[in-house]
Amino acid sequence: MSAGTFTLDGRAIPFEEGQTILDAAAAAGVDIPHLCHLPGLAPHGSCKLCTVSIGGRLGAACTNRAAAGMTVESETAELNAHRLTLVQMLFVEGNHFCPSCEKSGACRLQETARRLGMTTPHFTHFFPARDLDASHPDVVLERNRCILCELCVRASRDVDGKNVFAIGGRGIRARLIVNSASGRLADTALSANDRAVEVCPTGAILRKRVGFAVPIGRRPYDRHDIALSLPTRRGEGAGGG
Amino acid sequence: MPPEPADSAMACDLPAIARRWGNDPANLVQILRNVQESCGVVPSETLDQLARLVGVARVRLEATASFYSFFHADSHGAYEVLFSDNIIDRHAGKAELMQYLCERLWVEPGKVSEDGLVYVDETSDIGLADLAPAMLVNGLAVPSLDKARIDLLAELIRSRKPLAHWPAMLFEVPDNVRRAGPLLGEPFEPGAALASMLSIGAEETLARIEASGLRGRGGAGYPTAAKWASCRKAVGDAHCVVCNADEGEPGTFKDRVLLASHADLVIEGMTVCARVIGARRGLIYLRGEYRNLLPALGRTLERRRAAGLLGTDILGARGFDFDIAIHLGAGAYICGEESALIESLEGKPGKPRNRPPFPDRCGYRGQPTVVNNVETFACAARIAERGAARFAGMGTPQSTGTKLISVSGDCARPGVYEVPFGVTVREVLAECGAKHAHAVQVSGPSGTCVSFQEFERRIAFEDLASAGAFMVFSRERDMFEVARNFTHFFAHESCGFCTPCRVGTSLLRNIMDKLAAGKGSPYDMQEMKRIMCVLRDMAHCGLGHTAANPVVQTMQKFPEAYERRLKKLEFEPAFDLDDALETARLITGRDDEWAHLAAD
Ligand SMILES: Cc1cc2nc3c(=O)[nH]c(=O)nc-3n(C[C@H](O)[C@H](O)[C@H](O)COP(=O)(O)O)c2cc1C
Ligand code: SF4
Ligand code: SF4
Ligand code: FES
Repeated sequence: MSAGTFTLDGRAIPFEEGQTILDAAAAAGVDIPHLCHLPGLAPHGSCKLCTVSIGGRLGAACTNRAAAGMTVESETAELNAHRLTLVQMLFVEGNHFCPSCEKSGACRLQETARRLGMTTPHFTHFFPARDLDASHPDVVLERNRCILCELCVRASRDVDGKNVFAIGGRGIRARLIVNSASGRLADTALSANDRAVEVCPTGAILRKRVGFAVPIGRRPYDRHDIALSLPTRRGEGAGGG
Repeated sequence: MPPEPADSAMACDLPAIARRWGNDPANLVQILRNVQESCGVVPSETLDQLARLVGVARVRLEATASFYSFFHADSHGAYEVLFSDNIIDRHAGKAELMQYLCERLWVEPGKVSEDGLVYVDETSDIGLADLAPAMLVNGLAVPSLDKARIDLLAELIRSRKPLAHWPAMLFEVPDNVRRAGPLLGEPFEPGAALASMLSIGAEETLARIEASGLRGRGGAGYPTAAKWASCRKAVGDAHCVVCNADEGEPGTFKDRVLLASHADLVIEGMTVCARVIGARRGLIYLRGEYRNLLPALGRTLERRRAAGLLGTDILGARGFDFDIAIHLGAGAYICGEESALIESLEGKPGKPRNRPPFPDRCGYRGQPTVVNNVETFACAARIAERGAARFAGMGTPQSTGTKLISVSGDCARPGVYEVPFGVTVREVLAECGAKHAHAVQVSGPSGTCVSFQEFERRIAFEDLASAGAFMVFSRERDMFEVARNFTHFFAHESCGFCTPCRVGTSLLRNIMDKLAAGKGSPYDMQEMKRIMCVLRDMAHCGLGHTAANPVVQTMQKFPEAYERRLKKLEFEPAFDLDDALETARLITGRDDEWAHLAAD
C-alpha cells in the first residue's frame, strides 16, 4: 500500500511505509546511481554514489527513508560530478584492468563509470599490492577488484548464515578478509551456490569454469544502459540516465 | 609508585580473560585489549580460540582486531615506544629525539630491534600537547621529553628493567591548570550534586539543566537537556549513560585533567544523568592513550560504591541503582564519534552508524543512550549541585558557562584555562604568554585555523565552536607543514567505511606530500579543492566532512606557504618517469646517460 508520494527530480514517486528513497525510486523505474545496495540486503550507505539532496540536505538514498512530500534531487550536474569523482576514487584505489576482466560488460562499477561519463581515472593510482585467492575449487576471489561494498559480507552473514567475509583493517588499508585461520577461501564454508557469490558488483568474486560463457559484446551492459537493466524497468522502454 | 604497569597484568590466559568479560562478544575490544596487554601481541592463532570462547565467527574478531592501532599480531618486543606525532610534538623536537633514541637503541622506526627488545614508532596525538614532546611506553604516558629523559629511557630499556621499577617521576603528568573558575576552582563534596538532585527530584533537575543553557562540550554543542529529555522519554528496558572520554582531537587534553583530578565531578554528572533518564548502567569510554588514568579511576569508582554513591539504593533512595564500568579504547580517533564509540563498546570496529536513529533512542545494545563529553557531565554535576542561575549568567547568550581550553604550542604557559565563553582569541593568547602568535588552530585539526588577522574572534558557539584545543603557532612556523601533519592524521584515522573519506583523505595526503617534495603545481591546488567538496558533501561522518579543512583554510589564509612550493607549471605528474626506470637500470646494470630520462 502506498503511504504517499515524494518528488524526485520533479517526478512524483509513490512509496510504501518504511521504504528507502532508493528502493521507492527503483520500484517506480527510476535508477539512482548506487553500488553498495541490493534489494533484499540490509542497507549499508558506504559507497555514497546514491547521495541525493533531500530538501536541501545531502544524504544517502539507500539509507534514508522516503517521507510524504519530501523533495529529492538526484540528477543534478553537481551531484553527478561528485559521483564521477567517487567512481574515479574507486578506480585508483584498486587495480582495475577492465579489458582483461571476466566481468567486463557485466560490471556495475564499469557501467556506472560509463554512465557518469568517466573517460580516465583522473587521480594518481595507488597501485596497492592485493592478493588473488584461487584456492577455492569453485570460486575465485580477486581482491584487486574489490570496492569494499560489503554486499558479499551481508549476503553471507544474513542470507547464507555463514559469515564468510568481513572487512579488516582501517582506512585506505581496509581489505576483504575471509573466515579461516589460513586466510584462504578454500578453508571457509563458502559454496558456489551461496548468495554471497552472486552479489559482487565487480569482478572480485567470480565463479570458476563459467568464464566468458557470455561473449563480450553480448553482456548485460553491452546491450542496455545500467538503468534499463533494473528488473522493474524492463519492457518499459524509457531512456536511461 | 609508577602506575600499574602493563607487563605485570594477568598472564596470557585466554579463557580467564574471556571469562572476566563474561565471554560476551560485545566486550571483544576489552578482551583483545587484555590479550594484547598480557601476551604482548594478539596472535593470529589465538583468534580461533577466542572466537570459540565468545561465540562469534573468527572473521568478525579479525575485523575488530585489525581495526585498532594498538592491537598487533607481530611482537613489538619487550618495550614498545610510541612517540606522539602531533605538529606540537614536532615543533617541540619530537623528530630529533626519536632519531636520537633510535640511534641509542640501534633500532629503525617501525621495526623491532634485532634482539627483539624494543620497538620505536609514532602514534597520533596522545593528549599531552601541553607537555610535548611525549610518548607512550608499553601504553603508559611519559611526558616532557628531552635528551636527558631519552638517555634515561635508553638506559632503562637496555638494562631490561621492568616498567614497574622505572622511576615514578617519568610517568608524572602534572595538570597544568593555569586558570580555574567555577568548574575546576571550587571544592566539590562527593555526593553533593546527588543529594541536591534527590531533594528537588529528577524532573526539576532536568529543568535546571535546561535553564542553565548547558550545551555539549565535545564540539557540536547540542543542548544537553534536550538530549536527556529525549532519552528519558524513549522506550527501552535498559537505558544507558555513556561518558565520551576518547579525547582524540589533537591538541585537546582538558578531559585528561578532569579525569585525573576531578573524577568525582564527572562520575557524579553521569549519576545525575542516570537518575534523570532512568539508567542503571553507565560506561566510560576511556581512550587507550589514557591507560595511565585507569587504576585511579577504578579506585574512585570503588570509593564511591563504598560511600553509597554508586551501586544500589544510591544515597538511600529506593530503586536508585546505577553502576559504571570502564572500557578502554585501542588507538582509533574515530571512536570519539558517538555512534562509532558505541560500536566499539559493542566489540566491533569503530565505524559510525547510519543515523537516524540517534543514540538517545537506539544506542548501546540498541537501548536509549545518552552520550556526553567528560566536561559536559562535570558541568551537569555543578548545575545540579548549585542551580542554574550562576552558570546561565556566565558566557554569552547562546554559550553559557565556562569552557576548558587546552592551550599548547608557542606560548609561555601551556595548560588548561577555564574561561567564560565569549573570550577572544587575543585574550587567551595574552593570558598564556604567546607573544608572537601568527595563527591559532582552534578545536584541533577538525576545527578552525584562525590567522593573526582574526584574533578578535570569540570562542563561543556563535563564532568559534570549540571542543577545547587551542594550538598556538608563532611567526616562524610553516603553516603548510601544520596542514600536512593534520592531513596525515586524518588519512591515518579514517575508518575506511565510506568511499569519499577512505580514498579522499589518502589522496589529499599524497598531494600534500607531493607539494612538500617541491613537485606541486597550481593544478594540484585545484585537485585538493575538488576532493574537499566531495568530502564535505558526501562523507558519512564528521571526520570526513572536516578532513580537508586544514588544507582549505591554510590555503586561504596563508597562500604564500603554498605558493613557495609550487613549480610554475600547470601540471606536474606525481609519477616520476625516471624513477620508474630504476628497476630496469638495476636489472641491466646500466646507469649511463641513455638509461635516464632528461629532467626538466
Ligand atoms: C570524528 C569525531 C571525533 C569525535 N571525538 C570526540 C571526542 O573525542 N570526545 C567527545 O566528547 N566528542 C567527540 N566527538 C563528538 C561526539 O560525536 C558527540 O557529539 C559528543 O560526544 C556528544 O557529547 P556532548 O553533547 O556532551 O558534546 C567526535 C565527533 C566526531 C565526528
Ligand atoms: S568482494 Fe565484491 S561484493 Fe565483496 S566487498 Fe568486494 S566488491 Fe563488494
Ligand atoms: S567519513 Fe571517514 S571516518 Fe567517517 S565513516 Fe566515512 S570513512 Fe569513516
Ligand atoms: S548505494 Fe547508497 S551509499 Fe552505496
